[in-house]
Amino acid sequence: MATPRLYVMIPTDADTVVVGAREIKSRFSSEIGAQGLSDQIKVIETGSFGPSNAGVIAAVQPDGVVYGNLTPESVGEIVREHFCKGRICGRFLLPREYPPTVEQATDARHTQAAGRIVLDNCGRIDPDSIEEYIATDGYEALGRALTEMTPPQVVETVREAGLRGRGGAGFPTGLKWSFCAPVQADRKFVICNADEGEPGTFKDRLIMEGDPHKVIEGMALCGYAIGASEGYVYIRGEYRLSVERMRKAIEDARAMGLLGKGIFGTDFDFDIEIKLGAGAYVCGEETALIESMEGRRGVPRLKPPFPASCGYLGKPTNVNNVETLATVPAIVRNGAAWFRGFGTENTPGTKVYTIIGHVRRPGLIEVSAGVTLREIIDEYAGGMSSGTFKMAQLGGTAGDVLGPEMLDVPMDYDAMQKVGHVLGSGAILVMNQTVEVADFLDSCMRFFRHESCGSCNPCRNGLQVLGEIVGRLKKKNAYPGDIELMEEVCMTLKSAAFCPLGQSPASPLMSALRYFRPELAAAVDPRRERPRTQRVRLDLVELAV
Amino acid sequence: MKNLEELRKIREEVKKSMSMRDGAHRGKIVVCMGTCGIAAGARETMNAFMQALDERGISDIALTAAGCAGFCEQEPLVEVEIKGERPVRYGHVDAAAANRIVEAHLVGGKPVGDLVFG
Ligand SMILES: Cc1cc2nc3c(=O)[nH]c(=O)nc-3n(C[C@H](O)[C@H](O)[C@H](O)COP(=O)(O)O)c2cc1C
Ligand code: SF4
Repeated sequence: MATPRLYVMIPTDADTVVVGAREIKSRFSSEIGAQGLSDQIKVIETGSFGPSNAGVIAAVQPDGVVYGNLTPESVGEIVREHFCKGRICGRFLLPREYPPTVEQATDARHTQAAGRIVLDNCGRIDPDSIEEYIATDGYEALGRALTEMTPPQVVETVREAGLRGRGGAGFPTGLKWSFCAPVQADRKFVICNADEGEPGTFKDRLIMEGDPHKVIEGMALCGYAIGASEGYVYIRGEYRLSVERMRKAIEDARAMGLLGKGIFGTDFDFDIEIKLGAGAYVCGEETALIESMEGRRGVPRLKPPFPASCGYLGKPTNVNNVETLATVPAIVRNGAAWFRGFGTENTPGTKVYTIIGHVRRPGLIEVSAGVTLREIIDEYAGGMSSGTFKMAQLGGTAGDVLGPEMLDVPMDYDAMQKVGHVLGSGAILVMNQTVEVADFLDSCMRFFRHESCGSCNPCRNGLQVLGEIVGRLKKKNAYPGDIELMEEVCMTLKSAAFCPLGQSPASPLMSALRYFRPELAAAVDPRRERPRTQRVRLDLVELAV
Repeated sequence: MKNLEELRKIREEVKKSMSMRDGAHRGKIVVCMGTCGIAAGARETMNAFMQALDERGISDIALTAAGCAGFCEQEPLVEVEIKGERPVRYGHVDAAAANRIVEAHLVGGKPVGDLVFG
């Protein structure tokens, strides 16, 4: 087939499919066919390249034009006017707050400078085509690692690159691999954590939907490095399109011999299977995830032993986040020094964020680690959509609330830690002055109460108490002493809850107190007296703890 | 997959067919595809350009359509714009002319004098 002169690239991710991306795609095909242009113009599906809330999008290349909020009618006009006659249909272009061209949309000033490492193919290649992934240097890293590097060299490269886990905690990936690599066992496992239960985080979904082979290549590299030949992707069941794309990608990789036996003519075998999660937040925690994979209820295990020595089926297991694994191929291909050219000393590379809330351009971005929150809001997300900045929550519901004082802190793991915060999984929820802190905390607490697995007492009861307090703060009829009690229960949870789920409600609550104590204190009604039943209950909590 | 060479071969092949995805080009060919152009055979011209570029493996030239430029009697009308040079307009470009333009202007760097219009 001749090289098409024009590409219509339609990002189909779960959000755009819901608003009709697939229908728009077939409409494009039929309109183009009707004009007799089928052999000149190719319509392909891609992953998201960033914007959300813009309906069905179509990027037209090489013209560098992006249409948004497409309807079947607009498709006809675009084909007749733009594709046949070269007249760009201005009124269907992506709304003004979005950059007008693909180059700008995908390579906003900073991303251009920083380069996209993880999302470089999202929106640019057909995720269902293994050939297109290969054309963008895909599987080159795997090929070179298998034929030119020893497993310890791969571990060393990742360690030297300073890659830190993108699943939330920022644990050094090379170090994690070096724990698992030397353990002798008949079977070892690589698990890709694609549970992504943190509210507001959807980066892993968009990575899998936009560039599934990158995740597969990263898993295979990890398998080679630690000596595992079996991989699992644990995807939450709601991620239907991710599952579809990953499944197809795995099949294609197998068909080409990039998974399976004797990859690249070496004696390295590696294959991947998909496991579906059933949508429990706690199953994102690696040991609960493993329990769930083994067919049991998703309850965290006591650590140690860590999965590196005793994980899935009691065998050495390495669990990494989707984004972490998707970063690995570029590191192996380009070297540790190259990777260290991005980001900061302690957090090299880039970070993928999903930014939502009161910003003009919500969506998916990849920025150099260490860029400040202010820059992210103003330059990547187009600024506030309305009002003034009041607070942002980093890393989803289990994340910290940041006040305006923190707008200029570099967003890397250590700088955040230095000011007492955690960078988290990559969600940024921006809120303006219309949001009441107690309202916001109330929805956080409802989430935790819903997701607590209930197996340990401090979490089960503590969340109940915290939920009630926040509920009163919201209604502005809190009892005197409620705030102090909230702090105490938070501290108790932090020290006594069995797993990080029970420990994490303290993050939003305590950080909100740090910045907005006067606002919360104003919700205390000094005339109210705590009823006797409450006091009894509290004694019970204390006893239980 | 037996070895890296095999992988790289696939890569080079597919890369070529994806070349039109990016905005970075040294120039473009604009074929006027108004009703007048199409009536005069602009479709064949467009196909001829696609084939000519493909055959020569030229991947840094974009090929786009435009509407009627107002010189209907010169159709099929084609404009070649190389970055940093003055655009050149050609009239009555049929398949053979398209091949000459690609060979002389895009590969050789010299506009085809006898086809130039205006
Ligand atoms: C309650 C809870 C939920 C978690 N959810 C996820 C998740 O959805 N995805 C994820 O990658 N890690 C999640 N984690 C972190 C994992 O336990 C684990 O640290 C991570 O997958 C390791 O990958 P990394 O080193 O690549 O970051 C969660 C942890 C906790 C405590
Ligand atoms: S802290 Fe909460 S989620 Fe974790 S084990 Fe205890 S009850 Fe379950």
